Parts: sequence; C-alpha cells; structure tokens
Amino acid sequence: MEPIVTRGLTKRYGELAAVADLDLNVRAGEVYGFLGPNGAGKTTTLRMLLGLIRPTAGEIRLYGRPPGELRDVGALIEGPAFYPYLSGRDNLRVMARHARVSDRRVDVVLDMVDLTGRSHDRYANYSLGMKQRLGVAAALLKDPRLLILDEPTNGLDPAGMADMRAMVRQLGADGRTVLISSHLLGEVEQICDRVGVLAHGCLVSEGTVSDLRGTADLRVVATPLDKAAAYARDLLGADAVSLADGGLRLTVAPERAAEINASLVSAGLRVSEVRMVERDLEQAFFELTGGESRVG
Amino acid sequence: MWGDFSAEMIKLLKRPANWLLLAVALLLALLFTYVIPYAGYKGGTGGPTAGRGLADVLPANLVGNSIGGLPVFLGAIMVILGVLSVGGEYGWNTWKTVLAQRPSRLSVYAGKIAVLMVAALTVVLAMFVTGLAASLVIASVENQSLALPSAKDLVVGVGAGWLLAGMWTSFGVLLAVLLRGVALALGLGLVWLLAVQNLLALLAAPLLDWIAQAQKGLPGPNAGSLAAALGSGSDTPGVDALVGGGQAAIVLTAYLLGFLIVGAVELRRRDIL
Ligand SMILES: Nc1ncnc2c1ncn2[C@@H]1O[C@H](COP(=O)(O)OP(=O)(O)O)[C@@H](O)[C@H]1O
Ligand SMILES: [Mg+2]
Repeated sequence: MEPIVTRGLTKRYGELAAVADLDLNVRAGEVYGFLGPNGAGKTTTLRMLLGLIRPTAGEIRLYGRPPGELRDVGALIEGPAFYPYLSGRDNLRVMARHARVSDRRVDVVLDMVDLTGRSHDRYANYSLGMKQRLGVAAALLKDPRLLILDEPTNGLDPAGMADMRAMVRQLGADGRTVLISSHLLGEVEQICDRVGVLAHGCLVSEGTVSDLRGTADLRVVATPLDKAAAYARDLLGADAVSLADGGLRLTVAPERAAEINASLVSAGLRVSEVRMVERDLEQAFFELTGGESRVG
Repeated sequence: MWGDFSAEMIKLLKRPANWLLLAVALLLALLFTYVIPYAGYKGGTGGPTAGRGLADVLPANLVGNSIGGLPVFLGAIMVILGVLSVGGEYGWNTWKTVLAQRPSRLSVYAGKIAVLMVAALTVVLAMFVTGLAASLVIASVENQSLALPSAKDLVVGVGAGWLLAGMWTSFGVLLAVLLRGVALALGLGLVWLLAVQNLLALLAAPLLDWIAQAQKGLPGPNAGSLAAALGSGSDTPGVDALVGGGQAAIVLTAYLLGFLIVGAVELRRRDIL
C-alpha cells in the first residue's frame, strides 16, 4: 500500500488555485523531496493530506485510507507550533496524550532530536533550531511509518541545516517513508531518493534527482577547435555538439569519455581536456518552476 | 477521549494565566461580597444599605453571596477562561500540531469542554469555600449565628453556580471558535457582558417594551434571575428577578448546549489554517 497517493487534488481560494489537479505518489521507504518556490502550494497540499483543510476537489489516500485517522503518519507543517508556557517536555507530554502513546515515547523522541538536556526549559525560550527539532520530535511520537516534514530547515543556520539533513537521512535509513518539502533543491538533493517539483500548484516534474538534472555533458578542449567540432558532429550528430567557453560541449553519456578522447586523438587532434560537467541543478529547478524563485 | 482530556488538563493546570484568573476572581469576590460591605457596616458613611450590611455577610447567605458575581463580573472571568483555552490554539497555531497527532477535532473539543467544565465547577466551589471562611470569621467576631444554609440549598446553589459558570465559559469557547483567535473574541465577549447587557437593561428596556421582553430571553438577564432566585442581593450588578428561577435554569441550559453545539459544528467544518 503506497504511503501517499493523490488524484486530481485541488484547492481553490477564490480565483486562485493554490493546488491544481495534483497527482502525487510517494512510495514506501523512500525519502521524497517535495520542491517548489514559496507560494507554490506545498503547505496547502500537506495540510490537505492531514485533513486540516478540505480539498476543493480530488482524492487522497494515505496507506489506502482517506485522511483523518493518521495512525501511521507524523507531521510537522509550516513551522513548529507549541504552547509557549510549557517546557519542551511538557509540550511533548501533551502531544503524546493526544496521540494516545505512552509518556515513555517522550524521552525516546527527545533523545532522537538531541533535546534531552534542554527539555525542561520553557518552549518560549528555545532557539528556532530547537523549536524545529521539537517539531520533529512531536512528529515522531507515534513512531510513524510516514513522516511529513514541511520546510524543516526554514530559518536555520548552515550548521542547523546540516544537522536537520543528517537527522532526516537517518530517519529515512531506518526504513521510514519521509516526505520533506523545501524551496531549495540544493538543500535536499543529497538526501532524496526522488523529488517532485511544484510550481503554481501543479507538479511540473517528478523523478530522481539525476532525472531532474538530465544527463551530464562532456566538456572537451582540443585544437584545432573547428576541426574537432566538425569531427565531433560527424561522430555524435550535430545536435549533440555545441561550442562553449573555448571548448566543445558534448551531450553524450559520460561513460563514453575515454572512447571519444581516443577517436579524437586518432583523428590527429590534440586533446587538452576531457571532463564531465553537471548541469546546474538550481538552474534546472529555476527553469522548471517558471523562473519565479531566486534560488541558489 | 481520555487522552485528550488529560492533555487538556496539563494545558489548563500549567498555564499561569488560569491561576491568575482564579486568584483575581476570588479576590474580587471577597472584596465586594464581604470586605467592603463589612467595612461599610463597621465604620461607613451610613448610606442607604449600610444597615443591612451585617446580615448580608453571614453564613446563612452563603449561596446567594457565592453565585451573585456570576451574572456579570465572574461571568466575565469565565468568558476569559473559555476564550483563552480555545483561542490559544488558534493564536499559537497549535491546532495543527495537536490534530496531526491523530485525534479527531471533536474528540479534542470534547476533552477541552470536559476540562473547562471541571474548571468551572472548581471556581464555583472555590467561591463557596472562601465565602464560607469569610462569613464564619465575620459571624464569630460579631457573635452572630453560624448557621449554614441547608445541605439541599447548598447543593442546588453549587449546581446553579456551575450552570452559570459553564454557560459563560461556553460563550467564550464559541466566540474563540467563531473568531479563530483570542484578541477579538475576548474584546467582543467582554463588551457584550460588561457594556451591552447593561445598556440594554438600564437604558433600552425602560424605553422600549419589546426590548424589555426580548431581554428575558438573553443569557445575562436569565443568569441574573437564577442568582436572584437563590438569594443573591438585588444590589449586585446584573442580579434581577426578571423571570423565575426554574425558567432561567432551563434557558441557561439551552444556551450552554447551544453554544457548545454551534462551536463543535463550526470547529469541525472550517479549515484549520
Ligand atoms: N487561507 C488562504 N487563503 C488564501 N490564499 C491562500 C491561503 N493559504 C494559502 N494561500 C495561497 O496559496 C498559495 C500556496 O500557498 P502555500 O501552500 O503556503 O505555498 P508554499 O507552502 O509552497 O510556500 C499561495 O499563493 C498562498 O498565498
Ligand atoms: Mg509553505
């Protein structure tokens, strides 16, 4: 049973379609990156998954069930929210009771997010990073099979972001399914098995990070350059060859680098450089999302 | 449901504002029901009500004295309690954190209401206990009768007080659900309770007969009538026997249930943002 399936999921606010006809599939055991610039509709989608807001149209299945019970689902939606007058531990005790799990889980999850030492401090006095971690702790109380984290690194400093990433990677490695949303591709690409890219409420791309990146190109510098270009066009087809930065940019599988090098040399050309160049991911993301975000 | 109840209990008991409310309620009640009337009797200016001062503050009057504040100022405190409890969840955005834990909205709501009703009963009992202590002290000092109201009267009094306190608390709950927050709900609730009700009773009702009649269906005048029926002094603000005690109790119960049901329907229906 797939952790998350949506079909035709739509939420309108008056004229604005915050989420439009969204078909989402999150598979068991994967870490799924839910990406999109601010205002793309990520939070709106996640709120609908949790039953906090009602879809205008469409269907949602979490492990085959309509949302509501949330038995196997833990979530942190749009920033942590707790009672400022309670300590971190008391906040979790409250949430544990709402979740009908024993108080023992409170100690376990405090430990998982490394807050045990500060658990008796009032929530109001926590730093933003601690608040985010408490939010993750609350999401883990039920020991859920599916964990939904909405921009858990928002507002964190680089060290806090790295900690959060390491924590999410660990949670994913434990066999949990994790959906993590972000407006920065670079921030989650190392931890996601697959990503879905949302723009203006629509899913504009879905696949592995390397799908999104597309195939890497080869950069070749050889002299004389015009002869090399002509030779490469004969070899690979005109579409696969372009001139860039005083060299050639070849759209071929990177595994062919040695073979191409050898044939250029045997054609009497002097090759001074052959290397793989990655497509700029943030650029790809930027293009996919209609150039609305200033990422990177 | 039990889990939600005990979660709500932690929120209620560990919130400093709630203890402050209780302290203010007790202090105001002691001051205006016992200390000031007794001081007036001892050495006051001999105004028109000074003569009745001592009889009013004796243990025999415990029921009326303990619930006399509920039509207005204690009612206001109960509205604040209800608004804070529910409005806080909106103000701090904690609904989403709570509801992501799995409970249904209605079960959290039921837990909240149950805890608030326990709190309302506690406030009423605290009124009776402090009133008892104060009146016994005064009666002993003045060598007056220590006789208490009958057990039946006490039980009816506590029950009536609980109904009044619960009704105002639910009013606060409903306002917080409708307005999805604390500030406006609190402001409007208090304006209604402390200003509009008085204007209706003192200004509008004597001028227009239909307002005088319509008033008899409103929660405030029914609260005042119930308190009056159980012996609260008619010089207490809001206490006025406009309708009989039995009728008032029925109307107030209807308001209590109505507020809670409308609150439940709205909470269930609307998006949690
Ligand atoms: N309650 C609401 N009323 C009106 N518009 C809303 C509401 N909530 C969200 N929106 C709009 O829906 C769009 C998507 O918002 P959101 O889901 O929060 O985006 P994201 O989480 O991807 O940044 C935005 O344009 C936002 O302004
Ligand atoms: Mg968002």
